[in-house]
Amino acid sequence: MELQETLEEGYVEILDHLRKRSLWMLHYCTACGAIELPPTITSRFDAERFGIAPFVTSRQSDILLVTGYINIKTLRRLITVYEQMLPPKYVIGFGSCTINGGIYWDSYAIVKRLDLYLPVDVYIAGCMPTPMAVLEGFRTLMKLIDEGKANGWKKYQENYEYYKENQRKVLKW
Amino acid sequence: MVKEILTLIFTPILAFFVGIFLLGFKRKMVARIHRRYGPPLHQPLLDIIKLLSKKENISHGVMFDLGPVMYVGAAILTVLFLPIPGFKQLTPFGDLIAFLYIMVIGSLGMALGAGESGNPNASIGIARALTLMLGYELPLIIAGNTLVIKYGTTDLYKFMTLQSGFHWNLFLLPLTAIAGFIATYGAMGEHPFDVVVAPQEVATGPMVEYGGKHLGLLMIGMAISTYIETGFFVILFLGGGANILTFILKQLGVIIVMTLFDTVFPRFRIENAVRYFWRWPTLIALVGLLIVYIGGK
Repeated sequence: MELQETLEEGYVEILDHLRKRSLWMLHYCTACGAIELPPTITSRFDAERFGIAPFVTSRQSDILLVTGYINIKTLRRLITVYEQMLPPKYVIGFGSCTINGGIYWDSYAIVKRLDLYLPVDVYIAGCMPTPMAVLEGFRTLMKLIDEGKANGWKKYQENYEYYKENQRKVLKW
Repeated sequence: MVKEILTLIFTPILAFFVGIFLLGFKRKMVARIHRRYGPPLHQPLLDIIKLLSKKENISHGVMFDLGPVMYVGAAILTVLFLPIPGFKQLTPFGDLIAFLYIMVIGSLGMALGAGESGNPNASIGIARALTLMLGYELPLIIAGNTLVIKYGTTDLYKFMTLQSGFHWNLFLLPLTAIAGFIATYGAMGEHPFDVVVAPQEVATGPMVEYGGKHLGLLMIGMAISTYIETGFFVILFLGGGANILTFILKQLGVIIVMTLFDTVFPRFRIENAVRYFWRWPTLIALVGLLIVYIGGK
């Protein structure tokens, strides 16, 4: 029994080690943060050398990149998109809007903390974060995956009621 | 007998790894043309491992699950009808015509599978895939049959042996070779003929609802298909090869030339793509056929 557990742990570790080299991102570009992504993935900064490539549908993607502020209308779509993705899946909060609302801190229509509604693995602070900061965020996520600490999707499954209640409060579902 | 069975088991594995190498090389080369560093050479393998190790899968029905299986199965079957230097495989039981016939099954499997997902983008992608097939099959079949008339046989292995010693059809029948190249290029779905996948228009077309293990299987099929299409061109026009190594090197050459075109073109609309195929490659192939028919064998 012990041998089997050790083998399984080793298997998961090897898989995590390989998995971190291939991350496909779904860029949810409703806000100004999207403008920093083209330089990140094209010639100058080239995210593809880490295996990070932009993809177009939620079924194929691993990273949900939330670029900038989320208002109440887009939060509904964001949750749908997140739940369509296949685990293991990771969320990156991009820019200060996803941390505390940023410059929209007193707006009635903006969701201030993304963390309450979706499990965020990595935050990239800044307004705007530069391509270098974005790459640093990706590298951090890769490190977390390698160490087995990027467990946002497990957290979402285990605390599903908590997240749903928070979502219900805002969306009035 | 044992040797033949071992060959049949070994060839799809070889095709898979060669296909992965070709795809990885292509991604690296595209990156270098863009002045990027590019992903490592084994990046497609990492992608497949990642996709196959997903924890959950979403299914839309039985045919949705069977579609990728049919795609990979058809790809493996096609590989067995493609001779490699020194190994005849199943070519005694199926010739050029059987090969062209089997090559289509994979796309049909994908069409059936994607159709069940009910996504409008998938339907558009399938319609485009089947329409494009009408386009590139015509010059490909004319070019193939030109060689049949020239050699008086439909055996793919004989095509290879008859071209040995630099009697390549690329030099002897340049017009047919050009038509065959454009048709193969269209079959690979490179720019400007990537109307099927077209991420910006139809969100990867037939693959829009596929994710996780389904997509992993599709990518395995894609790697094998890359091997098949380049290998088919090498056998018809570049004289096969003296051994497996030269065969793979010639495939690499085909991929390099294709990538050079692939990186600089935008995308056709579907009707323009079909019109192009029915006009230029078909015309060139017909002229090549005429030359062989009149000029003697």
